[in-house]
Amino acid sequence: METINFIVANLPVIGQRTLEHISIVSVSVAIAILTGVPIGILITQSQIAADRVLYVASVIMTIPSIALFGLLIPILSLIGQGIGYLPAVIALILYSQLPIIRNTYTAVMNVDPALREAARGMGMTTIQRLREVELPIALPVIINGVRNAVVLNIAIAAIATYIGAGGLGTFISRGISQTDIRQLLTGALAVSLLAITADYTLLALQRALTSPGLRT
Amino acid sequence: MIRLDRVTKMFGPITAVDAVDMEVPAGAVCVLLGPSGCGKTTTMKMINRLIPPSSGKIYVDGRDTAEIDEVTLRRSIGYVIQQIGLFPNKTVEDNICVVPDLLGWDRRKSRSRAAELLRMVNLDPGIFLKRYPKELSGGQQQRVGVVRALAADPPVLLMDEPFGAIDPINREVIQDEFMKLQAELKKTIVFVSHDIDEAVKMASRIAIFRDGRLIQYDTPDNILAHPTDAFVAEFVGSDRTLKRLRLVKVEDAMMKEPPRVRAEDTLDTALRLMEEHGHYAVVMVGPRGRARGLVRVEIARDKKGTVAEHQESLPGVINIDDDLRTAVSLMFTHGVTWLACVDHDGFYKGYVSQRSITNALGATYRDD
Repeated sequence: METINFIVANLPVIGQRTLEHISIVSVSVAIAILTGVPIGILITQSQIAADRVLYVASVIMTIPSIALFGLLIPILSLIGQGIGYLPAVIALILYSQLPIIRNTYTAVMNVDPALREAARGMGMTTIQRLREVELPIALPVIINGVRNAVVLNIAIAAIATYIGAGGLGTFISRGISQTDIRQLLTGALAVSLLAITADYTLLALQRALTSPGLRT
Repeated sequence: MIRLDRVTKMFGPITAVDAVDMEVPAGAVCVLLGPSGCGKTTTMKMINRLIPPSSGKIYVDGRDTAEIDEVTLRRSIGYVIQQIGLFPNKTVEDNICVVPDLLGWDRRKSRSRAAELLRMVNLDPGIFLKRYPKELSGGQQQRVGVVRALAADPPVLLMDEPFGAIDPINREVIQDEFMKLQAELKKTIVFVSHDIDEAVKMASRIAIFRDGRLIQYDTPDNILAHPTDAFVAEFVGSDRTLKRLRLVKVEDAMMKEPPRVRAEDTLDTALRLMEEHGHYAVVMVGPRGRARGLVRVEIARDKKGTVAEHQESLPGVINIDDDLRTAVSLMFTHGVTWLACVDHDGFYKGYVSQRSITNALGATYRDD
């Protein structure tokens, strides 16, 4: 009850924090798509490159987020951005790489070689083949990777409050430090709700973008 | 139309195709035949440069393919593969229009062409244009695969075991459909197969490959009648003479202008006719010449009266457009040694006997 009162009384602030959260996550995922998808496509050309890139991306995933934020502080301090929005976005871009690159790579690799041969035999250029055949077929799996990245980033962005990036994590960190269960619950609920909403929105987007011929 | 001039392909130290010379005339169906790994598929794929030749020249319609941009070249050559390769993300219509779209055709023109092509393979455009490949049966997919290759009306078609993935019953149907289509369109076709029966059925020329070399390049009948060496003889099978039955039409093997009797003729007339020709039966025809029945020599000898009173029904008749294989099969089915041959309207045109079939097949053997 107290928590509900708190939420009602603080709606504008919660809205503000939610927007900050969304901003961090969407900017980082957008950039991660722009880097991850092309990388995922490129590494289909070379098994060695694929192994190495996926290995590096996996290693990045194993770094605890709080440690990665810590590592970024001295580096970004060189340009006066040690804490705040920028390191949060950079960290999330790095975490997004594995799900996006891996899904893109797997999806493109799994396109039936017969389709590739048919496309080539009919006179498609490499770009046309990607645009007309490989990417549309790979799209559902790529968007799945993006969904993974988004949910993951919504969770990690909550921790970015410790480097002063704002967002919904602020309620959680204050709730802990002030032993205020209302703030703690508010933050936790808001983060969960955001994650679930984002996941379903992207699922709907995935369905809308998938050719009816590919739906199962 | 297509000419290969000492075409060779090396994969590292391995010679996959060894100095192949061949020419496919316009409108011909040339089947490249051989066991797997013989170089037939590689040879075909060098024609549209999916595989670059190591040496030698390939000319399509008099032009050296090496001097044509490979994308332009491929768009001008229809291509059908065994796995069909319809794009699952595109509708049947968009699949058929892939090459017209690449060539920048007017949309209305290409879409109406797609509908026309579907009708040619007996698929209702109203039902199938907007469907996706997964909503089609294997046979329907293969038909779409074939018409997709025809969409931009290329003069040349390359087909890599196009009917290999279809069950035997449907395969026969699609092969027949395709031959009918080809009789109309008269494309120049290079067709890879490992199935001698398919080759005999479809080909105007068969090229037999072994270890990258072109061993024999000839008409199906010549390949079956005169295999150039033991390998070809073995490959076409010990029943090659039986396979030739398929290549000869009843009309070409039957005895024409056969003796006949009418219902009102007497048995004496029938008997005289049979003795004159050395036959032991004669066909009775109706007033306008349709085959109606037969009279046997022993009946004609023992009984008196007219043909109509003593005729029996014909054990089997064969259409003059059928092949000898069907004729022989019918003979065995009915346990007879001859069949009356009729045209599409049922008119009695002649008869085939085991002797006339042997003669027809023997004709080419006696040439040497």
